[in-house]
Amino acid sequence: MLPALALASFGCVVLLLEFLLGKARAAAARQWILGLSLTGLAVTAWTLWAQQQALDGRRLTAFSGAISVDGFALFFNWIFLVASLVTILISYRYLEIEGEEHAEYYGLILLAQCGMYFLATGTDLVTIFVGLELMALSFYILVGFLRGERRSNEAALKYFLLGVFSSALMAYGFSLLFGVAGSTRLKDIGTAIQAGDLHDPILLMGLAVTTVALLFKISAVPFHMWAPDAYEGAPTPVTAFLSVGSKAASFALLLRFFLEPLGALRDAWQPLLVAVAVLSMTAGNLAAITQTNLKRLIAYSSISHAGYMLLGLVAGNETGLQGIAVYVLVYTFTNLGALLVVAALRSKGAGRGTEEDLNDISGLAQRNPAYAALMVVFLLSLAGLPPTAGFIGKYYIFLSLIQTGHTVLAVIATLYVAVAIFYYFRIVKRMYMGEAAERASLISSSLGVRVALGITTAATIVIGLYPEPFLRFAEISLLR
Amino acid sequence: MPALPAAVPLSWYLTLSAFLFVLGVAGFLFRRNIITVFMSIELMLNAVNLTFITFSYKLQQVDGHIFSFFVMVVAAAEAAVGLAIILTVFKNRQTLEIDELDSLKN
Repeated sequence: MLPALALASFGCVVLLLEFLLGKARAAAARQWILGLSLTGLAVTAWTLWAQQQALDGRRLTAFSGAISVDGFALFFNWIFLVASLVTILISYRYLEIEGEEHAEYYGLILLAQCGMYFLATGTDLVTIFVGLELMALSFYILVGFLRGERRSNEAALKYFLLGVFSSALMAYGFSLLFGVAGSTRLKDIGTAIQAGDLHDPILLMGLAVTTVALLFKISAVPFHMWAPDAYEGAPTPVTAFLSVGSKAASFALLLRFFLEPLGALRDAWQPLLVAVAVLSMTAGNLAAITQTNLKRLIAYSSISHAGYMLLGLVAGNETGLQGIAVYVLVYTFTNLGALLVVAALRSKGAGRGTEEDLNDISGLAQRNPAYAALMVVFLLSLAGLPPTAGFIGKYYIFLSLIQTGHTVLAVIATLYVAVAIFYYFRIVKRMYMGEAAERASLISSSLGVRVALGITTAATIVIGLYPEPFLRFAEISLLR
Repeated sequence: MPALPAAVPLSWYLTLSAFLFVLGVAGFLFRRNIITVFMSIELMLNAVNLTFITFSYKLQQVDGHIFSFFVMVVAAAEAAVGLAIILTVFKNRQTLEIDELDSLKN
């Protein structure tokens, strides 16, 4: 509970700071705001660490079963912490360039992370719903943060409408599940599902609607249409936070839902998840081939990554679940890194484009070899090639599929890795072989960007070369 | 908590709320004005509330009532954020037609 309290109180204070300090234009005021947000994250890290020590492999429930602090929840909370840390570090300069330096931005990031905390720990429908909405509402505002820019407005509106729609679906599903179980606790719902008759239309409807809403939130095909628009229009640091934090939090919720109350119905949902996973990999990878906007390309590739993660749940054995945890961890660092490079391309100057097109990265290797090399590392990892971290994530997912006899699925997934290599290397080709555009954007890096790049690169390489501690960390976090 | 009147069976309430919900979904999918689409979503949330209250009465439990309060709170927050977003979109484009929002595309 303490991490959520820390996040909520720091979030609210930062939110109010703009009124206390007057307009947050002065550099001193802005640095105070940044410092306070980072302090909030440090306090959160400390409370998480204290909980991790106190937990010692047990599971603590609080508020008469409304939240459950276990290894699983803490694992995901570390991921959320990394995501918001990196986002805050790269946002300072980005907001300066866009001329939208407001304290609310940092406050909303902290509040969104508070919502994620409840998504990962919540074991009660009320907690889950409120946590989900806290996260989603913060994200709607963050996506539309560039008020003067039409693309940002449009992305916020599309994300908002589809997000609220899926939340309403989830609430309806929850209401029907409550009717069947007579309780809002996930545990009681699980008992009711086991005892109940699957042909009860209310139960069936409740499960179906809830599942659709969950798939919406992780942006799996066919409920993915909001993701490319929201990712493209949002400010790049927000895209990074959205693609990593929101996806990890929704996955935590999905896993808790499918493994705990729905665990008994495995046979019923497994074919459905197979279909969704294959469709996600197909649509995500094939649509990414033709994209020329880097953020949109990463959006489609992240849809296909959701498909790979679902495959771990399809296999459902120990290796598969460990694989999902490792995959989420690896994806967090790698995707943050790739979007970080895209964010660094943005530079000052009137009349410039958005600097996130394939043309803008063309010839980057001549202008800025270090950034080009780092981008290659991140793209290798996204594609899942050794010796980067992405390989470890994919390896465990594929291993679990073969262990459980889903050989055909493993073959399909491997074939799509080849497709992914094709479009990731299109970027590499443009960076190394392409002519530099005339008004080539220069990378103006700041201390925050360099620190964030250091964190993500180090993690991407270290997990790839020496995965043991991370695998052990993922293993103790399994939901059992 | 008073019991449900015997003359109106439980299934009627559930049918009504399911009907409202489907109406909301249909409005979300087929209407082209942003405000109307947003109102359709509010209708869906009201259907959720009705379902919760019905089950709460039937089970003689307050959990459903509590959840419906949270749904109302969330709906209010969504309205605040949503209308602000719709307002900025209107300011920049002078239109409320969903089909005219097409600057992000493949």
